[in-house]
Amino acid sequence: MTRTIHVTLDINGEMHSLDVEPRVTLLDALRDHLELTGTKKGCDQGQCGACTCHVDGQRVLSCLTLAAQVEGRQVTTIEGIADDDGTLHAVQRAFLEHDAFQCGYCTPGQIMSAVACIREGHAGSDAEIREYMSGNLCRCGAYNSIVAAVREAAELTAGVRQKAEAA
Amino acid sequence: MRDFSYTRASSTEDARKAALEAGAMILAGGTTLLDLAKCGVAEPDQLIDISHIRGLDGIAVDDRAATIGALAKMSAVADHPEILSAFPAVSQSLSLAASQQLRNMATIGGNLLQRTRCPYFRDPSTFPACNKREPGSGCSAIGGVTRNHAVLGTSEYCIATYPGDLAVALVAFDAEVNLGTRTVSVEDFFLAPGDTPEKETVIAPGEMIMGISIPVSPAARHSTYLKVRDRQSYEFAAASAAVGLEFETDGKTVRGVRVALGGVATRPWRARAVEQALVGKVLTEEAIASAAALAMEGAVAHGANRYKIELAPRVIARALQTVGGLA
Ligand SMILES: Cc1cc2nc3c(=O)[nH]c(=O)nc-3n(C[C@H](O)[C@H](O)[C@H](O)COP(=O)(O)OP(=O)(O)OC[C@H]3O[C@@H](n4cnc5c(N)ncnc54)[C@H](O)[C@@H]3O)c2cc1C
Ligand code: SF4
Ligand code: FES
Ligand code: FES
Repeated sequence: MTRTIHVTLDINGEMHSLDVEPRVTLLDALRDHLELTGTKKGCDQGQCGACTCHVDGQRVLSCLTLAAQVEGRQVTTIEGIADDDGTLHAVQRAFLEHDAFQCGYCTPGQIMSAVACIREGHAGSDAEIREYMSGNLCRCGAYNSIVAAVREAAELTAGVRQKAEAA
Repeated sequence: MRDFSYTRASSTEDARKAALEAGAMILAGGTTLLDLAKCGVAEPDQLIDISHIRGLDGIAVDDRAATIGALAKMSAVADHPEILSAFPAVSQSLSLAASQQLRNMATIGGNLLQRTRCPYFRDPSTFPACNKREPGSGCSAIGGVTRNHAVLGTSEYCIATYPGDLAVALVAFDAEVNLGTRTVSVEDFFLAPGDTPEKETVIAPGEMIMGISIPVSPAARHSTYLKVRDRQSYEFAAASAAVGLEFETDGKTVRGVRVALGGVATRPWRARAVEQALVGKVLTEEAIASAAALAMEGAVAHGANRYKIELAPRVIARALQTVGGLA
């Protein structure tokens, strides 16, 4: 017997109501029910990071999260990090500048992971960036450019913060 | 993934009662359970989500012990300033595990109960024989690909490695698991496979992990977790060691020492023989090397995992040199 449940999800600040089977993951809810296909499915088993989203500001894997589990939480996807006027997030700009991708399949997950990595304060050195970004695999091997992009975005963010504090 | 129903528990009593129903399983972070449901290993009819229960994620350290709620996240415990200073090996065992995304999801209770990564266990359709999954069906690993299987605590029924890192640090420092109505040491919580490899812990139906506590000690404060693996990050241990040291006032004679091993045994493994060989000795490289060799007494290799018998004592030795200031 297929049972469905009603869930209300807060995604990128918008409320969405949907009927899903309890076993539907947040990843499948986003891609198949809400047409938010920016979040990618790589391994579907917690091993690649392509499906990284934020739940209450923390980076998590949407392939190992049930949609039902995040009711009452705030979900942010790659579609939700640019400004409303379309201005790209500093991390998105840095990825473009450094050409931090080839095929681009891992990129939304890399960017969501990097935004959180910088916010956590885990982007202090290249070694720290490599360690704290290790949950995001890139089959094209764009790692060096990814590290450079994260470092630049981290420096930019720190600079902006310093200026704001000084003002 | 098979169809199941979903219930959100609002209290631990709720959860414990609901979990008693046939086919019901507790869902915390989901990083083990949903993964195994996708592999076809876990086949729950009903998931009882405990992740919304309030007040079970506390982390507190006083002058006697650290007390950590079952729902505290791995990342929160790893980065907690007092855990970092009073229990560095515990913090490191968490920050060197999985990835930051998984650590943000995974809970301390779920972490202890993670299942083996034995590839035969994880693939029921290709390998029906697995005593842990299907008691009495045999073991596909024995005689198969065994690079990551255990060399300590094995039986003819199962040689699967306990894969977790945190529990290794916990057994080194005499931590306890709070099961609600009783408390057991983390060391006694985990069972060797024997002839019942399907039974991995002493947790009983209707029980839930409520939290853990770790006594404060000089050795825990002066500790490290060394994890050696096939790639530098985001990988399970080939061999790991949690060690802690306390010197006499001369600063070189060992008063107390703790050693536990991961990645090589069927359960988190306290290496008491190594500890006993070092107490009262001046810590030198030679003393460390001869003590570390004792950790492998009784080890049994199964083909490709033989390297662990040589690797594990080296990991212990390096970790002891590091905390002892010899490295
Ligand atoms: C790709 C990958 C890499 C990993 N690498 C590592 C690593 O390097 N080192 C490491 O140590 N771990 C690693 N892990 C394992 C990870 O740490 C565990 O999956 C996680 O800690 C489990 O916690 P959870 O809250 O997600 O548990 P869940 O999946 O929710 O639950 C796990 C089990 O515990 C039961 N359960 C949960 N909470 C309770 C409770 N309070 N009381 C009673 N029963 C409960 C559930 O019913 C289930 O059977 C890795 C996992 C993945 C997917
Ligand atoms: S080692 Fe244990 S878990 Fe692996 S196949 Fe054998 S019985 Fe199953
Ligand atoms: S799709 Fe989620 S980690 Fe690979
Ligand atoms: S750019 Fe192709 S996988 Fe990373």
